Amino acid sequence: MSDAVTPKNYPSIWKKPPLIKRGWLRWSLWFGAAIYLAIGFGTLEVDWQRVSEGIPRGQRFLSAFFPPDIFSRWDSILDGILESIWMTVISTVAGIALSVPVGLGAAKNLAPKPVYMVCRFIVALSRTFPEVILAIFAVKLFGFGPFAGFIALSIATVGFYAKLLAEDIEDMDPVQAEAIRSTGASWFQWVNYAVQPQVMPRMIGLAVYRLDINFRESAVVGIVGGGGIGATLLTAFDRYEFDSAAAILLIIIAIVMGLEYASGYLRQKVQ
Amino acid sequence: MAIINTESGPVWKRRTTKQEWIYWLCWLAAAAVFVYCFKLVSDKTIWFFVTDAGAQAQDMASRMVPPKWSYIHDLWRPIWDTINIATLGTALALVIAVPIAFLAAKNTTPHPTVRAAALFVIVSSRSINSLIWALMLVAIIGPGILAGVIAIGLRSVGFCAKLLYEAIEEIDETQVEAIKATGASGAQQLSYGIVPQIMPAFAGISVFRWDINIRESTVLGLVGAGGIGLQLEASISTLAWTQVSVILLVILATVIVSEWVSAKIRHAII
Repeated sequence: MSDAVTPKNYPSIWKKPPLIKRGWLRWSLWFGAAIYLAIGFGTLEVDWQRVSEGIPRGQRFLSAFFPPDIFSRWDSILDGILESIWMTVISTVAGIALSVPVGLGAAKNLAPKPVYMVCRFIVALSRTFPEVILAIFAVKLFGFGPFAGFIALSIATVGFYAKLLAEDIEDMDPVQAEAIRSTGASWFQWVNYAVQPQVMPRMIGLAVYRLDINFRESAVVGIVGGGGIGATLLTAFDRYEFDSAAAILLIIIAIVMGLEYASGYLRQKVQ
Repeated sequence: MAIINTESGPVWKRRTTKQEWIYWLCWLAAAAVFVYCFKLVSDKTIWFFVTDAGAQAQDMASRMVPPKWSYIHDLWRPIWDTINIATLGTALALVIAVPIAFLAAKNTTPHPTVRAAALFVIVSSRSINSLIWALMLVAIIGPGILAGVIAIGLRSVGFCAKLLYEAIEEIDETQVEAIKATGASGAQQLSYGIVPQIMPAFAGISVFRWDINIRESTVLGLVGAGGIGLQLEASISTLAWTQVSVILLVILATVIVSEWVSAKIRHAII
């Protein structure tokens, strides 16, 4: 009788199986991460003296934030918030209107190859650059003010929305599309009755989500001259009116929270 | 869906007449809101500058080509800084986000009030853009890469914690119960019951956020928080458009590479 069944040969210790099963890969990843962290921190060039100076400065800064002062600059805050809201609304609508044709063209199962390539390229291009860089150029071309912000946010919306729309169309159920096609529907009827009802619920949810993102981004395009609440915020920072800045930040948080609740509710409703 | 009886027999329609009315009224209201908002924006716009945009664009494009390729040698260090800001910022965010996610998840939170506080932290971190965080941090700890790292970190906490606590809430409770039945303590349940289940989600979230952070860290320099944005700002304000085009191409390349890397890693994990 072999000794394979003796209890001795069973391991008495159990260890959790690791996430990455190949040992050498796991260890080389850890090793690489350690080396990277060492080099990364080495080149950080932190001016510790400046940082330690910053701690009392930070305390003063934080105390300047409290209590937030909504009222002394209420007029310009209200102006900025409203401008941001208009900008958000029109850029979301315009962006989505532009992304419908681009998204249809960027869906592999809908568009011929050349159209597909062109539309994918448009999506990739508008997705690459952050809203702020788009806003810098929009300000250069269209002048200061909310119109530049509108252009920048619309372009950014196209990159986001057209990509998700195209992906959703590619994932749709081909059986329903086939059924409509077999009734002899034209291309437009086909898109309207087979494709659109399938992607609509998710797209409505994403539209509200994008509205939310655009509002948040509208606070940033103002920093480079694109109008909206960002401009008011930057002015408050530049004048060292940190209590007004705190009030603006709290208002932004409140509006974003409200939008998030609304979008969650709406998405539950349509899905 | 409705079938309408007409003289020539029943006709199928997608909506009843009443639904049709409501549908079109909603569209009308939405269009009215849009037109009103557009009017308000257009009131604040100097249309001369807008109509001038085509000529401006042409002018700018002619100034941007050919890109001044020799400038790229000045950019290696800023690119390295940008990648560092994104990576170290993501690491910082994950360190903060993990405990917050456990406090915010319904099934692991110690108390509902703690949960509410954690959710508030998540929402405030998410609603303030990294550029605004950077604006504040530059004022506090001075311009430099550290401000960028912390700004990216603070901005990403909300994103990572939100996705992570959703992953924690979706775990399979029976596995935790099985661990509990062996007499494991709370910490052991966490490490043997919950953590293995959320590990793939955790890895996916961190790579996903890293990819976004690369994109965001390219602009932090605009407010003085280090990275390639500093060079962009400097080149734009000195009207060195041939340098601007090089910087934009470099940003484009960095973003594409980071997207490719993150897609590869996520593909390997999931």
